[in-house]
Amino acid sequence: MSTDQEKSEFRDYCRRWLEENRPPPTELPLPQAAYEVTYESHRNYLCDWQAKCYEAQLIATDVPAQYGGHGHDGFQSIASSEVLRAKVPYFINWIGLGMTAPTLLIHGTEEQKERFLPPIFSAEEIWCQGFSEPGAGSDLVSLQTSAVRDGDEWVINGSKVWTSLGALASWMLLLARTDKNDKYNGITYFLAPMDQEGVTVRPIHKMTGESGFNEVFLEDARVPDHLRVDEIGAGWKVAMSTLTSERGAAQGVGAVASSESPMAAVNQLIQLAKDTRRNGRRVWDDPVWRDRIVKIYERTEAMIQNGRRSRVEALNGGAMRLPLQGKLVGSEVRQELGEIALGILGMRSSLYVGDEHAEADGRWPLSYMNSYTGTISGGSSEIQRNILGERVLGLPKTK
Amino acid sequence: MAQNTDFGFDDDVRMLKESASRFFLEKETLTKLRPHITGTEDPHIGEVRAGWYATEDWQEMVELGWPIVAVPADAGGIGMGLVAAVALQEEIGRAASPTPLTGTLQATFVLREAQATSELQLIASGQSMALAIHGEDGSLELDSTDVTVSNGRLSGTSWYVQDAQKVDGYVVAAAAGNGIGLYHVPRDAVEVLPDRIVDLTRDQARVVLDNVEATEVAPPGEGETVLAQAMPALLTLLAADIVGAAEWQVQETAEYARVRTQFDRPIGFFQAVKHPIVNMMIAVDEARSLVYNAASAWDSDPDDALRTALLAQSSASDCASFCSNRSTQLHGGIGFTWESDVQIYHKRQMHSQFLYGDATWHREKLAALL
Repeated sequence: MSTDQEKSEFRDYCRRWLEENRPPPTELPLPQAAYEVTYESHRNYLCDWQAKCYEAQLIATDVPAQYGGHGHDGFQSIASSEVLRAKVPYFINWIGLGMTAPTLLIHGTEEQKERFLPPIFSAEEIWCQGFSEPGAGSDLVSLQTSAVRDGDEWVINGSKVWTSLGALASWMLLLARTDKNDKYNGITYFLAPMDQEGVTVRPIHKMTGESGFNEVFLEDARVPDHLRVDEIGAGWKVAMSTLTSERGAAQGVGAVASSESPMAAVNQLIQLAKDTRRNGRRVWDDPVWRDRIVKIYERTEAMIQNGRRSRVEALNGGAMRLPLQGKLVGSEVRQELGEIALGILGMRSSLYVGDEHAEADGRWPLSYMNSYTGTISGGSSEIQRNILGERVLGLPKTK
Repeated sequence: MAQNTDFGFDDDVRMLKESASRFFLEKETLTKLRPHITGTEDPHIGEVRAGWYATEDWQEMVELGWPIVAVPADAGGIGMGLVAAVALQEEIGRAASPTPLTGTLQATFVLREAQATSELQLIASGQSMALAIHGEDGSLELDSTDVTVSNGRLSGTSWYVQDAQKVDGYVVAAAAGNGIGLYHVPRDAVEVLPDRIVDLTRDQARVVLDNVEATEVAPPGEGETVLAQAMPALLTLLAADIVGAAEWQVQETAEYARVRTQFDRPIGFFQAVKHPIVNMMIAVDEARSLVYNAASAWDSDPDDALRTALLAQSSASDCASFCSNRSTQLHGGIGFTWESDVQIYHKRQMHSQFLYGDATWHREKLAALL
């Protein structure tokens, strides 16, 4: 392990580097989170930024050098928290960093790790995730996209949905069924090239009007067998470890998907209530609104302290109890925060992005609507509660 | 100031918490409490309950040094921080234990702020103590006492005194012309009139003072300051008790949902049962993290003690209400009966929830800091 002195020096270095290398703002404002990126101009800007951060050792900080990492020990969490703190742009390849890399580090072959990890870190190759299907959302294990062996290749047929970054990605984490008669052991995990005939990407517009995710149709698409991860039929087991990364248990290589820390959003909410006058007084002077706002502040501080407590073995109530709450609580608190912001604005919350009179260019109704991404994707809040009830409290499995 | 990573839970505090956890489990406090509340069920006809506690267990705690963990070394104590007292109080709450340790820990932090060495020495000698600082209206302001002081003698009634029947003495807030003073009064100098209360694990009383001679702990005008300085510690201790009791409610409700069968399945299979238990756990974890944060701030970042304590209490107070509600509901009929321990915890939480102010009150105080 690195010493406290080394960690402190590394923190100072990160802080200095981020201050000196902060990129200029984009002409068209960036979307609020990495999973909403749609436009080429944003892609190019964000890929350049991520490559620069990778070179500066803020990404893949603790990954061994043979896989393109920087080979430190215990520095990644410092780098990631400094990135978040500096309020710089997020990393576009958040699926590659947050899901592909941890999965390959655990389940990948040497060749797969050496081939795929460096371009994930540098954002030369963007990744998307092909798990959910029109008929398989929360009940993911019922997915039907098929993979049929043809010599050294697999032939893929089916469709995937809610594919963030699908239009920009060159690779997909793909779950496909290799055995129709074995629900859990009939799924295999592949690394699928997107740039081929047989793969069609069609954007889906969200309720916000923005694009940001896609439908992906796979019609006789092909994946070579050496791009299979782990054994045939081991896909469900591998996917569960990937989903664990998505749920925040393995922030191992530096994925930062949003530039806004939870407490920064709360501070903006408080400021909004102080700046907004209605019926002859500030909204902050209305005790009912104030109580709701302070409750959000309280829960946000609790999330931060949960993070601190989760690292103290004697106090955390078990290794997974607090980490498994992070996504659920964070996304629900964020949604409540959005609702309160709309309430503070009242009739002004109707003014949306592009309206010259809109508060903060309409970001409050926009972020409120986008908060449903948090409570639905990556295992909905309902699924998260199943997982917590079953894994932490030992309640009977829903299935 | 940089935060310590372990909230100040060093090896000594961890060992203290573990041994307290074992102690209360072995003592089976509620089993021992049962005979003393049997026959007092119906409030319409029953007698006022005496404030029972296991005196032999208290003696053991005195021998273990628990009442003096936070008494400074120069007053004969162990000199540990709030974090140690919080560790004990969380275990007291988990066991729903009626014990004079609760009041004594509270009094300790008031006496510490008053630098009342001789009264701290009384605690070090094995005496228990409780705070008597509220007036009849239950106002949450620190100058709400109905007791007055004149020529060093106290007169009037102190209301809502916790554990009043169990302790050897009181720290009394009394008003003089120029503000509030704090005084130590021994148990045998006052009349104790027990209240008929909901909670079975506490006793509460009016303490009547009739021209009682008292030892000054803080002079008139300084009492409010001392109480204000001690308040973060009092709130944090109270919140720790709530968190301990709420963890019991989560674990007990989960256990019941694993074993109670309806529709041919354990009821924990159904998401209408499973999800609320998870929500209970989330509420407890938020409150617990804020409690440890507040204890840590009190011990090592005093400028942040008030903010963090207000966060801890407001979160814990909401947690008490929510976990009690769900634990009774999800136990169905059995949880609603006198014979179930679920009602004992529910009633302890109903009491704790409003001591020293509720969640809304404390969030209002927080708003002033934001």
